[in-house]
Amino acid sequence: MTERAHLAVVGAGPAGLAGALAAAERGVRVTLVDAAEQAGGQFYRQPARPLGARRPKALHHQWHTWERLRDGLERHVSSGRITHLTDHHVWSVQRAPGPSFAVHALLGPAQEEGVTVRADAVLLATGGYERVLPFPGWTLPGVVTAGGAQAMLKGGLVLPGRTVVVAGTGPLLLPVATGLAAAGARVAALVESAGPAALLRHAPALAAQPAKLAEGAWYAGRLARHKVRVLTGHTVLEAHGTDRLEAVSVAALRRDGRIRPGSAHRVPCDTLAVGHGMLAHTDLAGTLGCTLAGTEGTAVRADDEQRTDVPGVWAAGETTGIGGAALALAEGHIAGRSIAARLDGRAPDPRSWAAAARSRSRLRRFFTALDAAYGPPAGWAERLTGDTVVCRCEEVTAGTVRTAADALGAGDLRTVKLLTRAGMGWCQGRMCAPAVAGLTGCPLTADRRPFARPVPLGVLAGLPDA
Amino acid sequence: MVGAACALYASRAGLDVRVVDRGPVAGGTTGAGEGNLLVSDKEPGPELGLALLSARLWSRLGDELGTAVEYEPKGGLVVASAPETLTALRAFAGGQRRAGVRADPVPADQLASLEPHLADGMAGGMHYPQDAQVMPALAAAHLLRASGAPVHTGWTVTGMLRTADGALAGVRTDRGELHAPAVVNAAGTWGGDLAALAGVRLPVLPRRGFVLVTEPLPRMVRHKVYAADYVADVASDSASLRTSPVVEGTAAGPVLIGASRERVGFDRSLSLAAVRALAAGAIGLFPFLERVRALRTYAGFRPYLPDHLPAIGPDPRAPGLFHACGHEGAGIGLATGTGQLIAQTLTGKTPELDLTPFRPERFDNDGSDTGDSGTDDSGTDDSDAADSDTGESDTDGGDTP
Ligand SMILES: Cc1cc2nc3c(=O)[nH]c(=O)nc-3n(C[C@H](O)[C@H](O)[C@H](O)COP(=O)(O)OP(=O)(O)OC[C@H]3O[C@@H](n4cnc5c(N)ncnc54)[C@H](O)[C@@H]3O)c2cc1C
Ligand SMILES: Cc1cc2nc3c(=O)[nH]c(=O)nc-3n(C[C@H](O)[C@H](O)[C@H](O)COP(=O)(O)OP(=O)(O)OC[C@H]3O[C@@H](n4cnc5c(N)ncnc54)[C@H](O)[C@@H]3O)c2cc1C
Repeated sequence: MTERAHLAVVGAGPAGLAGALAAAERGVRVTLVDAAEQAGGQFYRQPARPLGARRPKALHHQWHTWERLRDGLERHVSSGRITHLTDHHVWSVQRAPGPSFAVHALLGPAQEEGVTVRADAVLLATGGYERVLPFPGWTLPGVVTAGGAQAMLKGGLVLPGRTVVVAGTGPLLLPVATGLAAAGARVAALVESAGPAALLRHAPALAAQPAKLAEGAWYAGRLARHKVRVLTGHTVLEAHGTDRLEAVSVAALRRDGRIRPGSAHRVPCDTLAVGHGMLAHTDLAGTLGCTLAGTEGTAVRADDEQRTDVPGVWAAGETTGIGGAALALAEGHIAGRSIAARLDGRAPDPRSWAAAARSRSRLRRFFTALDAAYGPPAGWAERLTGDTVVCRCEEVTAGTVRTAADALGAGDLRTVKLLTRAGMGWCQGRMCAPAVAGLTGCPLTADRRPFARPVPLGVLAGLPDA
Repeated sequence: MVGAACALYASRAGLDVRVVDRGPVAGGTTGAGEGNLLVSDKEPGPELGLALLSARLWSRLGDELGTAVEYEPKGGLVVASAPETLTALRAFAGGQRRAGVRADPVPADQLASLEPHLADGMAGGMHYPQDAQVMPALAAAHLLRASGAPVHTGWTVTGMLRTADGALAGVRTDRGELHAPAVVNAAGTWGGDLAALAGVRLPVLPRRGFVLVTEPLPRMVRHKVYAADYVADVASDSASLRTSPVVEGTAAGPVLIGASRERVGFDRSLSLAAVRALAAGAIGLFPFLERVRALRTYAGFRPYLPDHLPAIGPDPRAPGLFHACGHEGAGIGLATGTGQLIAQTLTGKTPELDLTPFRPERFDNDGSDTGDSGTDDSGTDDSDAADSDTGESDTDGGDTP
């Protein structure tokens, strides 16, 4: 008797869901492993309600897609084809002889107990995380990440009457600002360092994305309705406050990234939501030995079928590069079809996913353009004062990092880490690596992080044989 | 680390030194190991002599550089779980004492006063006050800086320059030539490749090790603590995985657990088997670690020679070439002594230790060519027999008794 081939999908966001469904529909037994309490990932976990009935077509469309995915998941879960493991934090995926895979996870919010899922193939759909670059005062209570603000929203923690500044760079700032405003916060300003000119320069690629443009225009309308001041080509210089945030100073940027003299002014606020774009989660893939690629060498490289270069391992969604929910869906769908065929010993027919492949190319072009348009302002690293903490886990300052680079000759992230401890703490450099790279002029290379989550030694000691 | 120490002592001896590395500072094994400076795990013999010399020099550097290199003369504690092991440990320590090591017996009922969180039921232990610790990457960077030598990182040595009579006259690199009447090979695990550029054979091979790093904790482990099992269990060496980890707290908070030993060539991929054994060994010593989280693990490749001793000194087969490599699991600890001895030979002085056991040409007639793969899964490596005889090289000279 041959058991049905078994696929483990790590991550139940748009990419993982689409992949799990496409594979399950074609007869593959799937275990969907996800850290969250419910399926949906970063995008579908967002509160849809505050957007109200005024969602434009583009967003309606996404809502329907979500309902379709959710229903599909429910159907396959009740038929037993998909096992959905919520609250499972995968800390490592191990290649075992066979070839097969052992997916090691920690259970529940406590993450003290281990569990291992075995599979014939793995789809990595772990998404991405926010990049936040430091600036003087960024460790004050009241300064949160844009995604964190979104989470506060979800938990109903944003009290009406709070005064929020949303700042940084990237398309995420728009939904965050509108979401906060709709929930009753006073959004004092949306500070985006990219200038309107930069966005215009990429108009051709952007114009190929009418839905995305519609989204953008819709957000602009919402911002206007809530009287949110939008400052493009501006940056937050410093967060002020003694025990907690009281105000930020904001200044205009020149074309070359320098501050326009005399443009700095204070904006009182009690919350600052900052984000500087997203980075891919690559830890699991890196440990499996998958080649990392992408503009900064920090995303998982996948071929046209979404296969990584490690046999039996596929990757889809933002782990292969930042590109939004629609791209994640397309990639996940292609991956699921490819996996179903390959596990059955067949080469898949790419024509069967032609539509998904078309939107994949279109969206990738679009996000490449976005990437070029949005980016941290050129001079941000030089503006860091020596006493600004860069690595929060280990409390390493910009001054210490500069010394390691200048006096001790550290020319790459690993050496800076060895000499300063920046990146050695709880987050293992996920947060501070981009900042350290910017400060020292080192390239931002993906670090090896064998454990995607901190693992109790007792769990390690009790691991089953491979 | 070894190159940095050679640079420091050579420039202090009045020589004009340049340092070339194809990578960054501490980018080799030095940045991928631990910083145990141990005398406790070495049996009487040439390596112990080098370790004692090195320990004295480290202590002086500790005074000089202080916290910059995180030097901590914290002492080591070797514990025996069974009475037979304790007997073996006592005999082993007796020999060490005659060679100049300080080793103080710790009865079972006093272990807790040295290590309050140690597992119950141990038979006894041995306290080694000379064991110490540094942070290797910081040590390499600060020794280099103190040497004042220009450091050419990112330069790869691609060949040797020679005079008309065949003696070495410097190195050729991908960024240009460096002229010098003496070349020191401190290329660690890659020392064999460098020797080959000078036309001589030095069979340095990689031996992989993993280290586990926990979340930062308040000081729970005070000494370098490891199990004495290796003393009684010397016959079990093979190419396969071996672990009997040293557990230690660090100045920065995390507990380090290291290290495993495997001969698997330069394979960096995560071995959960190795990590599992480390975790189990550490919990056996300190039960509280069971719930402590490991934040990361990393691997490095120890440079080892078939007889588990480093190559130190001039190479008669290639005049002008000096070797300072192959320190296996003890290159941080042995770096200072090595640097001092190299400086002495470079300046024509009589080295303060007999270099005969460290002669680089000693493998010329050993008949075996271990080749360049460094992989040996068969478990029938000649050197294992030697290990078992001495019971010493087994201890990996510092990081993994
Ligand atoms: C605040 C915010 C607003 C956004 N707004 C928009 C928008 O308006 N339009 C748009 O197109 N996109 C938007 N996005 C982006 C969108 O959310 C992502 O593009 C999309 O969710 C990517 O899908 P994914 O499946 O690749 O990853 P994700 O949705 O990130 O899903 C990854 C899943 O993997 C799980 N996971 C990760 N690591 C592990 C692990 N080790 N073990 C177990 N599970 C793990 C996570 O818990 C998560 O559920 C927004 C994102 C954010 C953060
Ligand atoms: C897991 C583990 C734990 C350890 N724990 C300890 C411990 O606790 N205590 C201890 O004393 N030791 C320990 N060791 C051993 C110790 O790390 C090594 O013995 C020591 O780092 C060797 O130092 P090195 O300077 O000889 O080699 P390396 O640090 O490897 O330096 C050699 C340098 O040569 C350079 N190089 C090579 N080829 C060329 C070329 N062609 N051109 C230019 N440059 C070149 C390399 O880039 C490298 O930087 C441990 C090792 C491991 C792996």
